Amino acid sequence: MADLTEIGIAEARDLLAKGEISSVDLTAAHSAATAAAQPLNAMVTETPELAKEMAAASDARRSQADGGEVGALEGIPLAIKDLFCTNGILTTAGSHILDGFKPAYESTITDKLWNAGAVMLGKTNLDEFAMGSSNETSYHGPVNNPWRVKGDDRNLVPGGSSGGSAAAVAGRFAMGATATDTGGSIRQPAAFTGTVGCKPTYGRCSRWGVVAFASSLDQAGPITRSVRDNAIMLGAMAGYDPKDSTSSQHDVPDFEAALTGDVRGLKIGVPKEYVLDGMPGEIEALWQQGIGWLKDAGAEIVDISLPHTKYALPAYYIIAPAEASSNLARYDGVRFGLRVEGKDLTEMYENTRAAGFGAEVRRRVLIGTYVLSAGYYDAYYLKAQKVRRLITQDFRDAYETVDAILTPSAPSAAFAIGEKSDDPISMYLNDVFTVPANLAGHPGISVPAGLSKEGLPLGLQVLAPAFDEETMYRIAGVLEAAAGFTAEPEKWWRSGS
Amino acid sequence: MSVDKATVARIAHLARIGVGEDELEPLASELSGILNWIEQLNEVDTDAVPPMASVHDEALRWRADVINDGGKQADVVANAPDGDQNNDGAFFTVPKVIE
Amino acid sequence: MSNLIEGATGQWEVVIGLEVHAQVTSQAKLFSGAATAFGAEANSQVSLVDAGMPGMLPVINEVAIEQAVRSGLGLNAKINTYSVFDRKNYFYADLPQGYQISQYLQPIVGEGVVTVNLEDGSSRDIGVERLHLEQDAGKSIHDRHPTKTYIDLNRSGVALMEIVSKPDMRSAEEAGAYVRKVRAILRYLGTCDGNMEEGSMRADVNVSVRHPGDDLGTRAEIKNVNSIRFMQQAIHYETTRQIDILEDGGTIAQETRLFDAQTGTTRPMRSKEEAHDYRYFPDPDLLPLEFSDEFVEAIRATLPELPDDKKQRYMADLGLSEHDAQVLLAERDIALFFEAVATGRDAKVAANWVQGDFFALLGRAELDVADSPISGDQLGGLIDLITDGTISGKIAKDVLEMMFESGQDAGVIVEEKGLKQVSDTGALEGEIDKVIAANGDKVAEFQGGKVKVLGWFVGQIMQATKGKANPQMVNQLVREKLKP
Ligand SMILES: [Mg+2]
Ligand SMILES: [Zn+2]
Repeated sequence: MADLTEIGIAEARDLLAKGEISSVDLTAAHSAATAAAQPLNAMVTETPELAKEMAAASDARRSQADGGEVGALEGIPLAIKDLFCTNGILTTAGSHILDGFKPAYESTITDKLWNAGAVMLGKTNLDEFAMGSSNETSYHGPVNNPWRVKGDDRNLVPGGSSGGSAAAVAGRFAMGATATDTGGSIRQPAAFTGTVGCKPTYGRCSRWGVVAFASSLDQAGPITRSVRDNAIMLGAMAGYDPKDSTSSQHDVPDFEAALTGDVRGLKIGVPKEYVLDGMPGEIEALWQQGIGWLKDAGAEIVDISLPHTKYALPAYYIIAPAEASSNLARYDGVRFGLRVEGKDLTEMYENTRAAGFGAEVRRRVLIGTYVLSAGYYDAYYLKAQKVRRLITQDFRDAYETVDAILTPSAPSAAFAIGEKSDDPISMYLNDVFTVPANLAGHPGISVPAGLSKEGLPLGLQVLAPAFDEETMYRIAGVLEAAAGFTAEPEKWWRSGS
Repeated sequence: MSVDKATVARIAHLARIGVGEDELEPLASELSGILNWIEQLNEVDTDAVPPMASVHDEALRWRADVINDGGKQADVVANAPDGDQNNDGAFFTVPKVIE
Repeated sequence: MSNLIEGATGQWEVVIGLEVHAQVTSQAKLFSGAATAFGAEANSQVSLVDAGMPGMLPVINEVAIEQAVRSGLGLNAKINTYSVFDRKNYFYADLPQGYQISQYLQPIVGEGVVTVNLEDGSSRDIGVERLHLEQDAGKSIHDRHPTKTYIDLNRSGVALMEIVSKPDMRSAEEAGAYVRKVRAILRYLGTCDGNMEEGSMRADVNVSVRHPGDDLGTRAEIKNVNSIRFMQQAIHYETTRQIDILEDGGTIAQETRLFDAQTGTTRPMRSKEEAHDYRYFPDPDLLPLEFSDEFVEAIRATLPELPDDKKQRYMADLGLSEHDAQVLLAERDIALFFEAVATGRDAKVAANWVQGDFFALLGRAELDVADSPISGDQLGGLIDLITDGTISGKIAKDVLEMMFESGQDAGVIVEEKGLKQVSDTGALEGEIDKVIAANGDKVAEFQGGKVKVLGWFVGQIMQATKGKANPQMVNQLVREKLKP
């Protein structure tokens, strides 16, 4: 048997069904690869013992079923972003302030995954409270991108905030990983690591048990090696949850069945506002390439305008910090996590939160507090909410004439660790193409489409109207097939081990 | 809008994050930079635009008035960094508050 | 009646506005399925939502919505079919999320009016500004440990209705009457049990003073007062304090104060000293609350008769005096009891029995009407026995005491104790003849024109029969026998 870490979810599913491999073997291979990948710092917590147990239980269920129906992810080992609460297992959100926190509950999404038969390899590293685009804000240290520039052993960022999840999938030690996307935190790291990352429609996946960053924007989704794997995994994650008031009652279609390979007659919008000054030529070229592929496949390309695109990032940097400043108020040293004593209650709060939050979280909590404070609410927060409506309206108008939109996923390839960490705004610009879909609540997916001239992966993004992930996947599948992206990072982290 | 040291101190206190005196100045310039960048929103005419708090357009769902939670005292206080789990019951504790 | 206060610099007027927090009567909390019952073991009625655990989300309780609408209708208020939940952000030890989910700019209930009834028989309309739904906080316990405050989250997340009045009250009496009236209305509606000792109703009291005709003065807010008496004491103290400061040339600080029941005074609240900036914004975990007019009308259709309507009916249809009507409807339980007594009977007689002997017995036993050992029907049964001549009104008082003790029906007691009136002419004539024979002098007096002596004869016979003789019948028989 070939290296079990080199096959995808769909392939493993078939081999498991035929009895050619067991979940125990598949899981063991991934646990071993996870252990060997410590130089990437992609995991906060590894759970090999639990993985082994879950895999054995999965194999037992499968033999019990005797060729009958099993879960959609029966026996598939996955990594879980450490933003999802997992019963009895350390959950840190990448922050010092959740020091030692072991929730007594399981997030709805992970619960659904285990019910679908999946196996947990461990919890992945992330930007602190999912605030970041490079995974450098984690209390557990940065994640190293499995990809490096050829002949250059500098470490690159994997993107963020789901950098650990993206690295685990790209580095072939998890078959898939959960992730979350508030402003691009699934799609941008997917683009930086040559993986497929989907942010579904707001409300598709329950937020219950997922540590909140910005409640009106947060949405969970999968990072996988292929579009098909992604569709399979989202199918297991999505669905109405009565415990989340913003969870949607829309039916969950069979996403995998949407991968017909046929985009003939679909109208694909190309927004002129996504052409940025100073954008690397190779990004522009890749985009043109994607347009060409879709045209060749019979889709119709339509030039569109999303006039308020430019204002999405500044609006986002009001709304997300405002919500975060409130969502993070519960980290106060009283009921869980870190506590740093003080002479009175106020000092205890201030000491705890000063020690517990890193620089980026502090920055955003302060901005969020400021824009909600007396005298500034209208000028900032309310203004941003109005702009949010305009941005959403832009998309609705566009979707009157097109079925989906094609854009680059990120304005550059992965950059070096430390390269942008001194300049918050240049860091924020990473999400320029992804943030608008969060503001509008629409689904988006990043598909690896090519390599930069330095040999780093680049992604294309497909956006679609709310609850039309099927069209999004269909187009993504066609792009994936056309791109034929088969490159893999060299497993440099294993050398010497 | 640029913020000064006093404003940073005020919002840091509102957010209950201890910020050292020496950090106020750099934070003030950092936050001012971000706020200045954000203020490009003022270019947009939003006079006739209602604010949008949520993209979700389904109605708020209501739960039945049924007791189906609670009774998990041990889980509730399990992660408490400081507490009193004596036989009077399990409490969280904080430094004494004078009302 | 003038409420003006004579001061050294002229007359003063006190202006009072109240924020009443009323706990919604419901099984489970506003946004979680944990129980709301009073008195449970610490942190035993807490869901992970109420404890503000990471990733926990609120889902609204439909009964809380219905109760708020019901209360709004009872307060003659505008119901807003579109309202918004906001987060009120502040740090406090017993506020686990670091914010309270409340309603700020768009509450579920808008303006209304409450008619309060004052001691002197007059009434006044007090405006209601709004009613909104919000979560209660947990409880801080300061006296269990020398250096620590203990936190119990059982109350955290319990649904409250905050009913905000307009600054329409001008005396402690009016404020007391307002709280009593609001409490009565909520109890009639079944939306709040009004139990102030258990904290299911408490008031924040805003007090300011001014010279009549001036603009509103700076107010002090006295937090969490949990009895009407304390509230009135606090208002008196605050009025005097503020007038003293102003007359000394000082200014009033806008501040939050606490009432100390031991001393009857108020003092600034240390934990609220700093200026607040609550940074309200719409809770992104919840969508706007919307319902139809039909939903409101369906609730309206189930409203019980409320105090003001009852008063009209008691006076117009039952012929009660305003005073009697007021006493009988002040509490829902009393009104229900009275109505059971009065149904099919003379309402005034029923009113007299309820307010007289029945209240006296309740008072002596220190019981509320709800805990009365006899029902309204039973008291009605006693009145029926008087009406049909089975017992006298005087015997009935004794019977009521026995009923109160045993819980038995009047008929059973009268039967068992042999308390029926003697209306048998033969038996009575025997007794009368004996008395006449023994008192020739009195007979002569009567026949000599002293009609008053008749009463003496009747009294003698009643005594001889231990009160069981039918007095009317005795009267008639004696009169006949004494005729010369
Ligand atoms: Mg209040
Ligand atoms: Zn309140």
